[in-house]
Amino acid sequence: MLNQTSRRQLLKNGGLLGLIAAFGSALAPRFAFAAWNKAAFEGKTLADTYKAMGAEGAKESGEVQILASDIAENGAVVPLQCVSKLPNTTQIAFLVEKNPNMLAASFDIGPDIVADVTTRIKMGQTSNVIALVKADGKFYTATKEIKVTLGGCGG
Amino acid sequence: MNRREFLNVLAAAGVSGLAPTASFAQAEKNAGKIYDAPAFGNVSLLHITDCHAQLLPIYFREPNVNLGIAGMAGKAPHIVGQNFLKHFEIPADPMLAHAFTYLDFERYAGVYGKVGGFAHLATLVKRIKAQRPGALLLDGGDTWQGSGVALWTKGQDMVDAAKALGVDLMTLHWECTYGQERVEEVSKGDFAGKIEIVAQNIKTADFGDAVFKPYSMRNVNGVKVAIIGQAFPYTPIANPRYMVADWTFGIQEENMQKTVDAARSDGAQVVVVISHNGMDVDLKMASRISGVDAIFGGHTHDGMPRPTIVANPGGKTIVMNAGSNGKFLGVLDLDVKNGKVADFRYKLLPVFANLLPADPTMQTLIDKARAPFTSKLDEKLAISEGLLYRRGNFNGSFDQLILDALIEEKNAEISFSPGFRWGTTILPGEAITMENVLDQTAITYPYVTLTEMKGSQIKEILEDVCDNLFNPDPYYQQGGDMVRVGGMSYSCDPTAAMGARIDNMTLKGKAIEANKTYKVAGWAPVAEAAKDAGGEAIWDLVARNLRAKKTIKAPDLNLPKLKNVDGNPGMAA
Repeated sequence: MLNQTSRRQLLKNGGLLGLIAAFGSALAPRFAFAAWNKAAFEGKTLADTYKAMGAEGAKESGEVQILASDIAENGAVVPLQCVSKLPNTTQIAFLVEKNPNMLAASFDIGPDIVADVTTRIKMGQTSNVIALVKADGKFYTATKEIKVTLGGCGG
Repeated sequence: MNRREFLNVLAAAGVSGLAPTASFAQAEKNAGKIYDAPAFGNVSLLHITDCHAQLLPIYFREPNVNLGIAGMAGKAPHIVGQNFLKHFEIPADPMLAHAFTYLDFERYAGVYGKVGGFAHLATLVKRIKAQRPGALLLDGGDTWQGSGVALWTKGQDMVDAAKALGVDLMTLHWECTYGQERVEEVSKGDFAGKIEIVAQNIKTADFGDAVFKPYSMRNVNGVKVAIIGQAFPYTPIANPRYMVADWTFGIQEENMQKTVDAARSDGAQVVVVISHNGMDVDLKMASRISGVDAIFGGHTHDGMPRPTIVANPGGKTIVMNAGSNGKFLGVLDLDVKNGKVADFRYKLLPVFANLLPADPTMQTLIDKARAPFTSKLDEKLAISEGLLYRRGNFNGSFDQLILDALIEEKNAEISFSPGFRWGTTILPGEAITMENVLDQTAITYPYVTLTEMKGSQIKEILEDVCDNLFNPDPYYQQGGDMVRVGGMSYSCDPTAAMGARIDNMTLKGKAIEANKTYKVAGWAPVAEAAKDAGGEAIWDLVARNLRAKKTIKAPDLNLPKLKNVDGNPGMAA
């Protein structure tokens, strides 16, 4: 497709790489300010992880959307996207119920950042994946089951 | 009403002596009664799907076990045999019952003969198109795979045949198992200006860019018709991922809705999807996506004489499924008035080779494609005393033959064979040829494996595959049948939750132990490492086994003991 070719061409020319580099340096200071929540990333149960994040009592919200495949094409690299339509969203995190450590990723959302993040996580087995969003100081969730299968045997 | 009329015409044809046609003239006369159904409306779309590279007429027995679980229980397509005839109000005409069900298969296969074959299909397509100017021919995919010739020519025989048949648009599944480079080569080469591949759900794995056009806008008799493609969502899971390493698939509901909306704002008066989702997935998708007039479905090989009408927030969607192996041609006639579909008629026409003379041009093309391989294909390996078929949720007699061969040739305790839904049927007393064996096995990853497996691993595999078949949410299904199992016994409760369906696993009367190791033979591994492990091709192993046996008794089917499915209309009483 045309747009694909041109985007690739742009990459080859180094244009987009330059762009990424520019973004990277602009964002770096924000990341530096965010404290690493060690207890949250080491949580072994949902209750422990929520507690470490101060997210106890998080509520399911229709304003939080989690986008992912129903069945993972590769458990080692599962693409996830979360879009929050809640005003004043300040954090988006992904939790995998059946991973040894549940918290897979956490993003701090600054005032100038659109609350729409995409990342790739690793999953050992079929599990519910939770997008946890902090907005106006309160926590909200959206949950989706992602199946990790052995594969083969398709019609 | 119109469908009923059509069925009555068929019934009448049956009464007037359709049975074995004595002459070519008689065949044509009878065919006229069946196939010259009057056109309707102003937009006609013809549909073939899942022919699995069957260029010549074949026998194909429909399943006697096709269970629907949870919300799918007792609904199309999960209905078999007498229940099927009742559900679809098919009159007591043996020819129709034979086309759509397994009932008395051996008896009626002898009477009505083989089905499908591209030369016969070509004649039918020409005849139907003659009554429907401007009609488009849509191909749901699984066209390039399923025979020895297709495998050895990397699908070239089918590429040429599809062009000669006049296919306008197609979507993909097994085509991808020749590798993404081969698909792109055909798309940009042979197909250029002839056949367009559409797939809204195939994207590049890096940037998420579209690999093919998500939809194509066509002008049919002055009406703008958008045809969206939906490739098999789980291609990199059900088949080797390394063959489509740079592509990502999935159902991609959000993008489907965006694509429909884009087509509508582009002026489409009719929006249809050629889908390789499988019927349960199509039914769920139809209930959640607005603005689709019709879904031409495939993948699950369900020959549905009548569509299912699904309500959704935007209106209603016609969901069809057109069977497999070249056995049927779907014909959807739409009456488009004031910019939208006002009414429709649908027919799923069985392609009885004896009732449709072979198109000479197509026959020549087929003969030419086969010529370099016929001596290999025609080898008679053994005589089969029983009926050999594959379709069915848990096992088929041809699969049993493969399972037995695996155990014997690999000296294994247990054997596994994939739950593929393609594969033709052989009548009792016929010779099993090399071509027949390839019809069941011709894939690009045919390697035989012999693995030491713990009892716990065996259970895990059975549970995993069983969930792909019976998950109560269709979006978590993959559309294949249960893995076929040789050597060991087990019980299965399709209604139970994932991980709790398989029980009572025994080997020669002894319980299978979780920590004990067993020798398990199988084939069709999806892992890339298996490619270089040097495993023999499954067809060579089966052929060797058959040659030595010379005569094959009707296989004794190893079936699981089923629980909680008594009275399910998806199982023969």
